[in-house]
Amino acid sequence: MNLEPSYWPLAAVLISLLGVVPILLSDRRPNLREAWTVLISLGKFTIIAALLPAVLEGGGYRITLAEVLPGVAIALRVDAMGMYFALVASFLWILTSIYSIGYMRALDEHDQTRYYASFAVAMSATVGVAFSANLLTLYLFYEMLSLSTYPLVTHKQDAEARSAGRKYLTYLLGTSVAFTLPAMILIYTLTGTLDFTAGGILAGKADASTVSLLLVLLVFGFAKAAVMPFHGWLPAAMVAPTPVSSFLHGVAVVKVGVFSILRMVFFVFGTGLLADLNLGVVLTTLASITVLVASLVALTQDNLKRRLAYSTIGQLSYMILGAGMLTAAGMTGGLLHLSMHAFGKITLFLCAGAIYIAAHKSNISEMDGLGRRMPVTYGAFFLASLSIIGMPPLGGFLSKWSLVVGAIDGGQLLLVAVVLVSSMLNAAYFFPIVYRGFFARAADGNGGEEIREAPLLCLIPLSITALFCLALFLWPSVLLQLIQMVVSS
Amino acid sequence: MEAILSEIIAKYNYWIYVVLMMVGFYAMIGKNNLVKKLLGMNIFQTAIILMFISSGVKKGGLIPVLDKQAALEHGVNSALINNPVPHVLMLTAIVVSVSVTGVALALMQRIYRRYGTLEENEILEKIDR
Amino acid sequence: MSATNLHMYALATPLIGAFAVMVVGRFSRRAVAPMVLGILSFSFAAALAVFLQVLSGGGFRYVVGNWLAPYGIELSVDHLGSLMQLLVSGVALTASVSAVKSVAKDLEERQHLFFTLYLILIAGLHGLVLTADAFNVYVLLEIASITAYGLIALGRGRAVVSSFNYVIMGSTGACFYLLGIGYLYILTGTLNMADLARIIPTLESGAALATAFAFCIVGLWIKMAFFPLHVWLPNAYSDMPDGAAVLVAPLMTKVTIYLMIRFMFSIFSPAYEFIQHAGVQQIVVGVAALGIVCASAMAIAQKNLRRMLTYLIIAEVGYMVGGVWLANAQGMTGAILHIVNDALMTLCLFLAVSAIAYHEGALDFDRLRGLFRRMPVTMAALVVAALSMIGVPPTCGFFSKWYLLLGGIEAGQWLYVGALIFSSLVNAVLFFRVIEIAYFRTPDEVAHGSGHEALQVREAPAAMLQPLVLAAAALIGVGLATGPLVQHVIRFAVPVGF
Repeated sequence: MNLEPSYWPLAAVLISLLGVVPILLSDRRPNLREAWTVLISLGKFTIIAALLPAVLEGGGYRITLAEVLPGVAIALRVDAMGMYFALVASFLWILTSIYSIGYMRALDEHDQTRYYASFAVAMSATVGVAFSANLLTLYLFYEMLSLSTYPLVTHKQDAEARSAGRKYLTYLLGTSVAFTLPAMILIYTLTGTLDFTAGGILAGKADASTVSLLLVLLVFGFAKAAVMPFHGWLPAAMVAPTPVSSFLHGVAVVKVGVFSILRMVFFVFGTGLLADLNLGVVLTTLASITVLVASLVALTQDNLKRRLAYSTIGQLSYMILGAGMLTAAGMTGGLLHLSMHAFGKITLFLCAGAIYIAAHKSNISEMDGLGRRMPVTYGAFFLASLSIIGMPPLGGFLSKWSLVVGAIDGGQLLLVAVVLVSSMLNAAYFFPIVYRGFFARAADGNGGEEIREAPLLCLIPLSITALFCLALFLWPSVLLQLIQMVVSS
Repeated sequence: MEAILSEIIAKYNYWIYVVLMMVGFYAMIGKNNLVKKLLGMNIFQTAIILMFISSGVKKGGLIPVLDKQAALEHGVNSALINNPVPHVLMLTAIVVSVSVTGVALALMQRIYRRYGTLEENEILEKIDR
Repeated sequence: MSATNLHMYALATPLIGAFAVMVVGRFSRRAVAPMVLGILSFSFAAALAVFLQVLSGGGFRYVVGNWLAPYGIELSVDHLGSLMQLLVSGVALTASVSAVKSVAKDLEERQHLFFTLYLILIAGLHGLVLTADAFNVYVLLEIASITAYGLIALGRGRAVVSSFNYVIMGSTGACFYLLGIGYLYILTGTLNMADLARIIPTLESGAALATAFAFCIVGLWIKMAFFPLHVWLPNAYSDMPDGAAVLVAPLMTKVTIYLMIRFMFSIFSPAYEFIQHAGVQQIVVGVAALGIVCASAMAIAQKNLRRMLTYLIIAEVGYMVGGVWLANAQGMTGAILHIVNDALMTLCLFLAVSAIAYHEGALDFDRLRGLFRRMPVTMAALVVAALSMIGVPPTCGFFSKWYLLLGGIEAGQWLYVGALIFSSLVNAVLFFRVIEIAYFRTPDEVAHGSGHEALQVREAPAAMLQPLVLAAAALIGVGLATGPLVQHVIRFAVPVGF
């Protein structure tokens, strides 16, 4: 792969970091501040999209920022996998920003400047993770993401937010210092480098038990992927305002975790090494347990956001499951689910937020009959949930189908069962929400005239994302192309 | 036994310094009264100074400062001349010791003015209150 | 000005300036601050020039007053020494910008006296990092310590008692060092470091040499507050006036660690310490690991921000001593890098504490509520320093920890490696606790708040914020510059054969 040195990757990362300054400065003028946020998100997406053509042709970009340790630098690299993630994340940020404006204004939330500024830094970190060229840089941006999302998670600043924030950082920082850091040092000691290389850097450098240890350390170390038992932070983080939950915990934070694990699998360990040592089983076992348990727990949750949180935990492990299958179709499915789930989950969360704004309800048992008063919202919810369950003609079908094919290719029929059973569980926890919304008798307060659809600034983004779920089924070409490039290398 | 005894007697000065050092060290750590601690510190430092000086003295050695001609008659023969370098070094050490003593005394004055006592346990009690 | 005298000017200016400040300050209080800042700026510029010269031309030896070695006192300006001198003068200058402001508030009439002691302390530190004579080390160490005793005693409350305890323990340490030097003199007849290094290997080592080494090292350990000889430090450093704490806390223990390195490698040799007396290394690294764990544990128990930081200093000393005694290049690099990094981190932390104390007074945890809202810049700098203590890239703390961990793994010292990771996690808990308290406002404030309330920002004065922001920026800057720093400077300080 021919990587051209360029400043553009740095620009893509820095644009929102630098954008914090105008956001902070326009604290007293909300319209200007909001305009900056949207402008920065558009700018970020434009830069990333501009880098796309070169990547599609098999090229890429790189830039080295500082040689800090012998053999390891802080460096950025734009390749197919990074481009894939960055595209999805930055596009969804634009929509989330618009939604945030509507949400925050409707609820007249406090500390909005801090909110937008933290979001900008978090986005910077997300794109930084996507474009990291080696494990150290990834670790740097990973931590930056944990820290910059703390003010977002604890936005409400009440006692519940405080304990949620504590749990959040304990899980995320604790696992990264206790697991990821030693793993990183071990890899460096064994290979002398931390660079991401297609085919992995560990082949021949370590024995089977060391590689297994590293794999386990890294899967749990990247706790943002919410592999059980280190998933507890995710439901706790639901105390955050809905745009935070939707974006960060549907798209950015959790996907960073899975992305990091997948980067490790493809570019540090190498699928060849994992296949030789039969370590795919480790990944699929951990993932399957998480998928099934999370889906079961989701059934018991009454709070809508918590149900969605457990759904997310399950869906994330699908991606790890796909990677663990070590077959081309499985890996494709895992990677594809990253974007399909992103679009689907963000829609679901945005709908949850819209319901909260319009009716001030957060528990599913209280939401009977709301669908009739909020048809657009519930319609989007329905589409998105179909995508996540994996039904055609929605995008999620493609990724789940790929996973099943991958499992069959690898001769792992047990995994086929896991995928199918969990999809049925997904249906079990999603359909009642829609059914009761449309067809049940209205609960107290849900039939009254005061309940109208959410503000337009909220409706438009969630409609767009829902439509994308549909569109990605029909035209997944760009994304698929990027994924094929990753899988084939 | 004989050998050890004669060793000890031959180097009696060093043994005295060791005893002095232990006395001083004990006073620094074990005593309650601040003045006694300070005195212990002084004894400790003095013992070290004496040890240094003693290392340069020879039996029947000549003192170069007093009688340069006689001392350096046969060139610089270290067996015959009392080494002046430790004396020089210890002048500096004495200055340091005096400075520290001065500072400690000033501190003790402050402590007495503030707490009315120089017993460590009483001072700690007054602080905790 | 001859180029080769610059390091002397860097040392002499604060020394002479101290007396000038004392005299002039009696008549004009307003002249004190500009004088101090001017003197320290000049000193910094000279140190910088020396550093650049050493980088390009290599180190050199310098005889004071043309009395040739080994009789006269020799100074050695090599890579490590000039780096330390740059560090000392840089930290001193940055600290003094803040000290000038806080001392003006705390000690109105006695400012000139404070800064007299302050400048002599700085001169002593300059001397310590330059000297190549073992006895000179004792003298300068005591100069630095005596002025420190005085500075501590200028603090409030029980400062005098803490200072007295420090006098007793510090003198014990210095006397042990003197005793050790005495033995060395009796054995070798010289006090010049290079000469000692030449003669010691030819001696039939035995109890005397080992005793000399032991006494000197233990003396230095007392001075640097190496566990378990650390008891004097928490009280002494907590009760100091803020203006003194920002200078003493970052520098004194680090310079003493530098002295230990000099002693171990410029007087004795690695062969002596690590091969002939191999068991000692295990014990020392084990004690260092134990010290890190215990100090971190004690830090958790503290309810006052300043005291918490003093226990963290003790833990950091454990890092560095353990790193030096690991006896490999990675560990040594990590230890030296950590000297620089820890000085900067401690500087930033104590500057932040000083800024908070300017308006708040005490630093008990309850007083820190809602501080993010009232002092956003200060808290932002504190967060950066906290990240460095925890070890999050790209701050400098991460990179020195990296080297130390690598060194520990290479040497097979798993206790030490475990202690380092434990310490990172404990630091995360400690600082997160403080940040959480500062972040969440009291319940009444939340009830009355709305989206557009005006920030009741009551930041510290600009004179205290500027050095703080500079220090925080330096943490990230030095972190990113770790590669060149190790490559061009520290590499030369690691003993040959490691």
